[in-house]
Amino acid sequence: MSADIPANQPPGQPPGEEPASFVFTAENLERARRIIAKYPEGRQASAVMPLLDLAQRQNGNWLSRAAMDYVAAMLEMPPMRVYEVATFYTMYNREPVGRHFVQVCTTTPCWLRGSDEVLHACERKLGIGPGETTPDGQFTLIEVECLGACVNAPMMQINDDYFEDLDAASTERILDALARGEKVQAGSAKGRRGSCPEGGPTTLKEFARRAGVQPAGGDD
Amino acid sequence: MPKLTIDGTEIEVEPGTSVLQACEQLGIEIPRFCYHERLSVPANCRMCLVEMEKAPKPIASCAMPCSEGMVIKTDTELVHKARKGVMEFLLINHPLDCPICDQGGECDLQDQAVGYGFDRSRFAENKRAVNDKYMGPLIRTSMTRCIHCTRCIRFAEEIAGVPMLGATGRGEHMEITTYVEQAIASELSGNLTDVCPVGALLNKPYSFTARPWELRKIESVDVFDAVGSNIRVDVRGSEVMRILPRLNEEVNEEWIADKTRYAYDGLKRQRLDRPYVRRDGRLHPTTWADALGTVAARLKGVPGQRIAAIAGDLCDAESMLALKELMQGLGSPNLDCRQDGAQFDTSNRAGYLFNTGIAGIDQADAILLIGTNPRWEAPIVNARIRKRYLAAGRGGLKVGLVGEQRDLTYPYTHLGAGAQTLQEIAEGRHAFCEVLRGAKRPMLVLGMGALARPDGLAVQAAARRIAEDFGMIQDDWNGFNVLHTAAARVGGIEAGFLPGPEGRDTAGILAAAGAGEIDVVWLLGADEIDTAALGKAFVIYQGHHGDRGASRADVILPGAAYTEKNALYVNTEGRAQAARMAAFPPGEAREDWKIVRALSEQVGAKLPYDSLSQLRRRLAEVSPVFARPEARVPAAWGAFGRDGQLDGAPFRSPIGNYYMTDPISRSSVTMAQCTETFVLPARERTGTHG
Repeated sequence: MSADIPANQPPGQPPGEEPASFVFTAENLERARRIIAKYPEGRQASAVMPLLDLAQRQNGNWLSRAAMDYVAAMLEMPPMRVYEVATFYTMYNREPVGRHFVQVCTTTPCWLRGSDEVLHACERKLGIGPGETTPDGQFTLIEVECLGACVNAPMMQINDDYFEDLDAASTERILDALARGEKVQAGSAKGRRGSCPEGGPTTLKEFARRAGVQPAGGDD
Repeated sequence: MPKLTIDGTEIEVEPGTSVLQACEQLGIEIPRFCYHERLSVPANCRMCLVEMEKAPKPIASCAMPCSEGMVIKTDTELVHKARKGVMEFLLINHPLDCPICDQGGECDLQDQAVGYGFDRSRFAENKRAVNDKYMGPLIRTSMTRCIHCTRCIRFAEEIAGVPMLGATGRGEHMEITTYVEQAIASELSGNLTDVCPVGALLNKPYSFTARPWELRKIESVDVFDAVGSNIRVDVRGSEVMRILPRLNEEVNEEWIADKTRYAYDGLKRQRLDRPYVRRDGRLHPTTWADALGTVAARLKGVPGQRIAAIAGDLCDAESMLALKELMQGLGSPNLDCRQDGAQFDTSNRAGYLFNTGIAGIDQADAILLIGTNPRWEAPIVNARIRKRYLAAGRGGLKVGLVGEQRDLTYPYTHLGAGAQTLQEIAEGRHAFCEVLRGAKRPMLVLGMGALARPDGLAVQAAARRIAEDFGMIQDDWNGFNVLHTAAARVGGIEAGFLPGPEGRDTAGILAAAGAGEIDVVWLLGADEIDTAALGKAFVIYQGHHGDRGASRADVILPGAAYTEKNALYVNTEGRAQAARMAAFPPGEAREDWKIVRALSEQVGAKLPYDSLSQLRRRLAEVSPVFARPEARVPAAWGAFGRDGQLDGAPFRSPIGNYYMTDPISRSSVTMAQCTETFVLPARERTGTHG
């Protein structure tokens, strides 16, 4: 995550309420200006996606109509064109979500590696089904298609972080920790570094030895 | 110029022509849904697939530009198979509800399914269903039928200039919507129902009232503004069921404004279907003989100077000529066809016509709008300006406006509010002068907001000076344009329905009637005047609606509306066009010129024509425009207007509510709904109500 992208702000209003207005904070306004400046004169509309993302981050991880209208006005484009973009991409939420937005991947590789177990663990732990938000507004759970971390399947994404190599126990541990307000280490639940092979390297060991380097992810 | 072969025939086409257009030039019909010749090309329906040699798969002909040596085949097994595949996909989610669909019988999908459809479905799953959307009082939606051609989105954005429609979601969840459930705020929104190739966007007032094959289709011309849009009136029995546009590249292309399309229900209400005579302060129904006799008796012995006539906005040229000649027979010089009180010099035809023609806008590179809101006064003209703005590209068309600031759907520079700014431009002191000087084809559009004022003649003269000083008058270009607001106006002027020597104009007639100097006033469909100012004058109202004029009348002579008579109208360009009788006038109402002719006999000033063709011959003698119907008769440039003191008051457009401007639209329920939806909320917002 680039240092310039702000983390999700906590929701500013109770779930389900459509706020009447939206404006960027001074900080985000500056960010927005820098984003718009990347595009040639007269092509500001190209900045619609990063700006919507910025607005979503500021707005508790969802886009209100006011926020979309605000972005439209800022880019001098018809609001309808912004609604089209915001509804096309699934990563823009157009309804309020919980503080922790849990997206469990259930596409084939994750499913083969046990994503059902992960999803059921979430449902059990949170007491909600996919597409629902806990009454305290802490968690929203959804099923998503492939998030591109198949080598570390099964996985889920919570806000901006990927949690990988999950099973029921590790899923519950992560959710418990988040519920307590603790910070949880993102990445592999099995302690794997990146996508290195589990249990150490199986190939190219000889090359590493000759080069005198420690193979990445190796135990020895 | 690329040369290509289509189905074995060689053809040479203009560079940039698409394969589909080249096929059309050869008379080969290519099926299509998303392609529309006046809209941008998205190539998303895939129905127009053709085979191109050396291409690995069929190509979308609408988006493929012709190039040298192309070999196209449109009638091969591969092409048919491809189109059948596309059709099968389209029909997967299209409901089988043609028997209850208003588009049935005139549906592109239905027609093309006959050629490319499969006789059964291989799709065993559930069809998708989509919630209908609210788009205002004019458009009914049935979104499950939508095939996502996106014509409506492109029409709204490109032609109407109101980008309110879009496609939300994606894949199977894609929907055409305004997202925020709002009415389409455009005066051209009705055309959405025409561009929609299926039954998704439908004419709301016409819903479930008729089938296309049971309607008689009469080609006619519109009277709700001075554009003279070509229309087709669809009638069943004696009832007008709907109004559709008719193609005329010179005038309205293939669009019509919403008032043109939807105000027809006003023809069924408030109609004057029998003569009335006022006795003891109340209007009593009576016979023609009695009504004409009463008028003749009242006119007897009244000197011509004490008689006057005013013609309204919807009058045809024949009735105005007949009434004018009757008035001449009675010795009255008090005639005016400008009931709005507009002051302009009519001695030179170039001084009151839209001289470039509406199609001339396509060449303009600078437009000066003076005292006009074309979006309301002539939506078709406004759409043409927008078309030019889009075609000219960035900075290619510069528009300046003197008058009220309104959203015209294209950017313009607001130069000032009134005559003072006009004076500055005329004297070359204004910044916009540079724009006009730099333009090759500059034009100005002079609206009634600038002419319907006491200093109209001076405004006209100032505009003439601007036209002459800034190169608007060229050998093949006359950029001096007057945009009228009423269909009757130019016809009335051409017929000579104007004050005679020593005669009074509208304001003069009203003042004299109020002062008791005029005894008899004949209102030929004139409803937009201050009837209270008529004082004690004996008022004859001839018209088709019980509106302001009729309520003041002493005798009512029921006439025919524009769909009920064969009549000529002259549009703002000076183009005479014929309206044709689609239905008979209700009850005892008669064609207007016949009423005048009948009365002329009773007052002993018999008019010398007994048939419409005789009257038309007389019209042709009076003005050249009537001799060449359908054609624009250009006018030679000359002096007109009268230099004078300009008034400092700002120009105000004469139209306060687009949807209600005349007796027909005031009687229309649909137009009342539009007023409620579009006009009243805007007034609330801006605080200009009350």
